[in-house]
Amino acid sequence: MQSQTTYNYKVVRQFAIMTVVWGIVGMLVGVIVAAQLIWPQLNLHEILQYGRLRPLHTNAVIFAFGGCALFATSLYSVQRTCHTPLFAPGLATFVFWGWQLIILLAAVSLPLGLTTGKEYAELEWPIDILIAVVWVSYAIVFFGTLAIRKVSHIYVSNWFYAAFIIAVAILHITNSAEIPVSLFKSYSVYAGVQDAMVQWWYGHNAVGFFLTAGFLGMMYYFVPKQADRPVYSYRLSVVHFWALIFTYMWAGPHHLHYTALPDWAQSVGMLFSLILLAPSWGGMINGIMTLSGAWHKLRTDPILKFLVTSLSFYGMSTFEGPMMSVKSVNALSHYTDWTIGHVHSGALGWVAMISIGAIYFLLPRLYGKTEMYSTKLINTHFWIATIGIVLYVASMWISGVMEGLMWRQTNPDGTLAYAFIDAVKAKYPFYVIRLIGGTLFLTGMLVMFYNMLKTIVGEKAYDAPVVAPVAAHA
Amino acid sequence: MAESKHDAIERSVFLLIVLSLLTISVGGIVEIVPQFFQKSTTTAIDDKGAALDVKPYDPLRLAGRYIYIRECCYNCHSQMIRPFRAETQRYGAFSVAGEFIYDHPFQWGSKRTGPDLARVGGRYSDNWHRQHLLDPRSVVAESNMPAFTWLDRPFDKAIINMPDIKTQMEAMNLVIRPKDSQGNVITPYSPGDIEKAPDALKGKTELDALIAYLQGLGTARLIAQ
Repeated sequence: MQSQTTYNYKVVRQFAIMTVVWGIVGMLVGVIVAAQLIWPQLNLHEILQYGRLRPLHTNAVIFAFGGCALFATSLYSVQRTCHTPLFAPGLATFVFWGWQLIILLAAVSLPLGLTTGKEYAELEWPIDILIAVVWVSYAIVFFGTLAIRKVSHIYVSNWFYAAFIIAVAILHITNSAEIPVSLFKSYSVYAGVQDAMVQWWYGHNAVGFFLTAGFLGMMYYFVPKQADRPVYSYRLSVVHFWALIFTYMWAGPHHLHYTALPDWAQSVGMLFSLILLAPSWGGMINGIMTLSGAWHKLRTDPILKFLVTSLSFYGMSTFEGPMMSVKSVNALSHYTDWTIGHVHSGALGWVAMISIGAIYFLLPRLYGKTEMYSTKLINTHFWIATIGIVLYVASMWISGVMEGLMWRQTNPDGTLAYAFIDAVKAKYPFYVIRLIGGTLFLTGMLVMFYNMLKTIVGEKAYDAPVVAPVAAHA
Repeated sequence: MAESKHDAIERSVFLLIVLSLLTISVGGIVEIVPQFFQKSTTTAIDDKGAALDVKPYDPLRLAGRYIYIRECCYNCHSQMIRPFRAETQRYGAFSVAGEFIYDHPFQWGSKRTGPDLARVGGRYSDNWHRQHLLDPRSVVAESNMPAFTWLDRPFDKAIINMPDIKTQMEAMNLVIRPKDSQGNVITPYSPGDIEKAPDALKGKTELDALIAYLQGLGTARLIAQ
């Protein structure tokens, strides 16, 4: 039942390999900035200054590592689930090289201090335009492939990738509205409160769509594949899809609790953040329950361990998030390391772990094999990474709650108990633990890199023949 | 049947795109659009409606703000004092929307690795800032702030020089601008202001500009809470 044509795996291979490479680069920068917070002498030169490197870290892990993982997995699964090669393969090649160029431009421009000054949207206007062009090309390839599908039904993973692509386009264009003053510099058209509202609507939904909806698309393809079980509940996937994409867009103001943003917006943001727990857990439950009847595979399959652990972290982070959006909790957590702990339980635990699992699934298949070079090393990677995350997140929780409490502690006479620097001093031990945790996670990525090289070097690239849809599918 | 209706969406790329687009558009529209029309967010007034003495950044402070953004100070310093006793005691009166009407982009920050700077203006001397920026640990021994040793240089000695100050001021006349008490849109800089701007930067270093910016922060609302 197999036709002559093959799937277009080339762009998938390129993105899969670069996922590992950019993961290492982005996390290495993370380790460097973590060390700089302990030893400020490591700010050796202006281009290595913490303030300039930290955006490089966030951009590299979110848009280079996470982005490449999303491109690789979406462009793979959309072909497989539509039983057709990619639409406009030339454009897909452009998406790959365009995205790599964007990453390189970011790696050069951010250390030079070229920044818009808006978190997670630091890249300057010429790069913003390039991002928009590449993103539209990606949308054409993705939706074009959906349009030429050989089955009538659009598989659930594609809904999530679709919403992710549409939302990111809107967010990026709206938040990047700026007036250029030179080739390297622009100023946001929005001021003060409006700029803050637009920015955190963008920032929260960069999390909600780039780092969640897209990765849920990944989850809906790779978890059932690796577990060899159908998705647990079809109905749940429908309900939580619409609820998730509707609700996320309202939650941005919880980043601005007790700020000068009007109270009504803060309250609406908090309300929808609390509601968001339900659709988030809908996805988590649907993913984990897909393992029903296949739980024994967790004992022997480290790829499945990555995928299931990622869902556990997703569940934890999406409980913690709504909790932190409660104004009275946020009063303590905001501006502290707690936020950093929360972000990394999501970024390392959920995003990185599901990406790693999916890439381990993909790499052998892109070279005509069924297994990675070493399953044992995948297992090693899993445990190093897990211990790293636990050290990272726990140290930031403790340090965040501690500093939050120290800032508000008063003496019996009503004066402040601690100077600001007292809290800084108290945090150094936790910064060391965080550095160890981050270094462990990076080490795991290096193990993955070695395993990847051993799997693919000298091997012939392989494009699988297109599988004809079975009659029941149509 | 609801399910058969959803089945139609699952079989049409067009429906999937259009309905997703509509679904994700609602939240942003409801939350963002009103911010451009509320008096409290577009005019220089405080939470009680009283006028604030907020002025457009003068050329030296605008240049200082450029340096502040270039060094990404917002990664570690907030500029947003929340209405809690512990915060107003430590940092001064809580921040109000009207104070930020000329801030493109806003620099409220999201993290306090260092202290809030919303009302740092006038709190320390220029010399203190100079010493602290060039060698933080000579002032605060346990500080983990980077030493910004390179800032003591003229504007034309950076790796990539700051754009022309006149162009920056012209841009501030083009962005979405605040309104005065009569509801008229304010033009921050007159042609004369822009013409004179380069003189204000003559002989100044990046450090001078950054300190001028810091010394102006929060001074439009001095009353203690």
